[in-house]
Amino acid sequence: MSDLRMVVCCKQVLDPEAPPSSFKVDAKTMRMTLPPDIKQVIGQYDEFALEAALRIRDKAGGKITVLSLGNNMARDVIKKSLAVGADELVLLEDAAFEDSDSWSTAYALSKAVQKLDGYDVIFCGRQSSDWDAGQVGAGLAELLGLPVVTLARKVEAVDGKLRIEQVIPDGYQVIEVDTPAVVTVTSELGNLRYAILKGIMAAARKQPIVWTPADLGLDTTEVGEPGRRLQLNRLFQPVKEAHCEMVEGENAAEAGANLAIRLREAKLI
Amino acid sequence: MKEYKGVLVYGEVAGGKLSSTTCELLGCGRKLADELGQNVACVVASDAPGDSVAEAGARGADAVYTAELTKDAAGSAAVHVALAAQAIAAAAPAVVLIGHTALGRELGPRLAFRLGAAVATDCIDLQIDPDSKTVVMTKPVYGGNALAEFAARAAPQIATVRPKAMSAGEPNPSHPAETIQLAAEPATEPVKVLERVQEEVTGVKLEDASVVVSGGRGAGGAEPFGTVLKELADVLHAAVGASRPPCDNGWAPEALHIGLTGKIVAPDLYVAVAISGASQHMAGCSGSKTIVAINKDAEANIFLEANYGVVGKFEDVLPAFTQKLRELLTD
Ligand SMILES: Cc1cc2nc3c(=O)[nH]c(=O)nc-3n(C[C@H](O)[C@H](O)[C@H](O)COP(=O)(O)OP(=O)(O)OC[C@H]3O[C@@H](n4cnc5c(N)ncnc54)[C@H](O)[C@@H]3O)c2cc1C
Ligand SMILES: Cc1cc2nc3c(=O)[nH]c(=O)nc-3n(C[C@H](O)[C@H](O)[C@H](O)COP(=O)(O)OP(=O)(O)OC[C@H]3O[C@@H](n4cnc5c(N)ncnc54)[C@H](O)[C@@H]3O)c2cc1C
Repeated sequence: MSDLRMVVCCKQVLDPEAPPSSFKVDAKTMRMTLPPDIKQVIGQYDEFALEAALRIRDKAGGKITVLSLGNNMARDVIKKSLAVGADELVLLEDAAFEDSDSWSTAYALSKAVQKLDGYDVIFCGRQSSDWDAGQVGAGLAELLGLPVVTLARKVEAVDGKLRIEQVIPDGYQVIEVDTPAVVTVTSELGNLRYAILKGIMAAARKQPIVWTPADLGLDTTEVGEPGRRLQLNRLFQPVKEAHCEMVEGENAAEAGANLAIRLREAKLI
Repeated sequence: MKEYKGVLVYGEVAGGKLSSTTCELLGCGRKLADELGQNVACVVASDAPGDSVAEAGARGADAVYTAELTKDAAGSAAVHVALAAQAIAAAAPAVVLIGHTALGRELGPRLAFRLGAAVATDCIDLQIDPDSKTVVMTKPVYGGNALAEFAARAAPQIATVRPKAMSAGEPNPSHPAETIQLAAEPATEPVKVLERVQEEVTGVKLEDASVVVSGGRGAGGAEPFGTVLKELADVLHAAVGASRPPCDNGWAPEALHIGLTGKIVAPDLYVAVAISGASQHMAGCSGSKTIVAINKDAEANIFLEANYGVVGKFEDVLPAFTQKLRELLTD
């Protein structure tokens, strides 16, 4: 078999590990905000998906195209994918893509995948690090008529097929699937590698390819907000009250013993 | 246009009975259907259905769609997608409820994209909008930092529902239900299971435990999971759990992973040790009645979520805590 053509879907998101108290909903625009000094990142599971593709290429060769849909994407954030070794970066970037939901996102990505010069594997994260939907991978598979293997913790190319360790509730199972296929990746696969200097310099020279809805043959009713199947009625943050009773002692050990006494007094044990 | 009406629950069977999540879905589905004056249907497709078909009726289903599957077919999400599509074509429900379980996380989105329907995943609340008489789906987003309320723009509307978010209600064995057989769906995908590996977890089962002791990245390695955390768990007859990093690092099996992308637990007592309290972790344990946190950082977010806290290194706090508990509990 010739080299695997791999596509990895990556979304730029607000940093999901920013302190919870720094997330603020703008009720008017129904958008989540973080203070401007907290940089955006590539979604965590999208990064694990990219690492899965890189590991296959390390062993078996192949080409990695990263696809990302959004608007006004920060080049230094999304170009991290090139710096760690992706061969090509294609951005679906246009104001019309704003406020997509999983449906309109998967639909546009499916058109982009078909416009590429062939594909064997499409990698997605198991779920995005902002809206936590977990839909786009399965959606791409259905739209393109491909099999999907979810929750992969290890992916190898063996004799023109993929061999995948899939996480199941009480362990894992080894699955073999023909290509082309969609694979969604979970955190156990492992972190994305660091970029090395050579990669960072090469990435600086590469320019992403940018496609608009028109380039994909999509009209404005099919993308972004008009293309949604879910209507967002309200986005809000329930008020939480801190109510923690701190248990102390002369030292940490005594505090531990006092905690036991306190829990007993409160009839919790 | 076809008229979509009523609620369809996609059931799951565990040990010859409806899974607890399915019972919750039926409880919720029955309530919604009663409010709308409509019916509830339930799919029970399993290789070992046991009593679950009758149970679905007793828990409020007016019609039960059944299919006897082989063991392989029962484990194939593709087969369940096809069966669900078949049941939806027959019942034409307005609302489809699926558990946000290992199966449901794949089934919900695939079904929606296959049918051109709308799906909201991991919902924690479903309410009927008094004006439109349609169901509004509430789902945590941004790891639990906000809630989003969605309406569907396409029918049927599908919701995968977070386990333990709804109450099951009491069964009524005399509730009448008709049974309808679905046609067998062969597994046609080029997907083959070569091997299944079960990771042995000993002790109390996490999902059923009334006390859970969890360790985080601050545990620093596998060792505390076998020693101080385990000793504490033993004294409390608790199950051991973990945040994501210990599972990713192989310090603890994935089966112990608690949170948005792991298991959801709601014990009486949750003891979080060396866990910072990221919202994605709290998503899996915030239903606990009481949360106790042990963390060396007084500023850690977990103290905003906990009921009782101790600031200190777990190496110092846990042995004394466990010892004192032992004394108190043998008195
Ligand atoms: C800049 C921006 C602003 C947005 N603002 C809002 C808003 O204010 N309100 C609102 O309701 N929605 C908003 N959205 C849309 C929301 O994030 C979509 O639901 C999302 O793009 C679809 O992904 P998901 O969260 O459903 O992904 P999931 O289905 O959870 O994602 C699974 C995987 O699919 C892939 N994937 C998902 N999205 C993309 C993408 N865009 N590009 C490439 N790969 C992807 C990743 O591999 C990911 O791990 C916004 C989107 C963007 C890009
Ligand atoms: C989409 C998405 C889904 C996710 N799903 C999950 C999920 O399901 N479950 C989950 O857990 N995470 C999940 N995460 C990851 C989550 O954001 C956090 O990264 C993770 O929960 C952090 O785990 P932790 O608290 O153990 O580690 P850290 O945040 O690193 O915290 C370690 C804590 O230990 C304390 N500590 C260190 N040493 C000691 C000591 N000696 N004694 C006492 N305290 C000590 C530190 O003060 C610190 O507070 C998800 C993330 C994303 C983006």
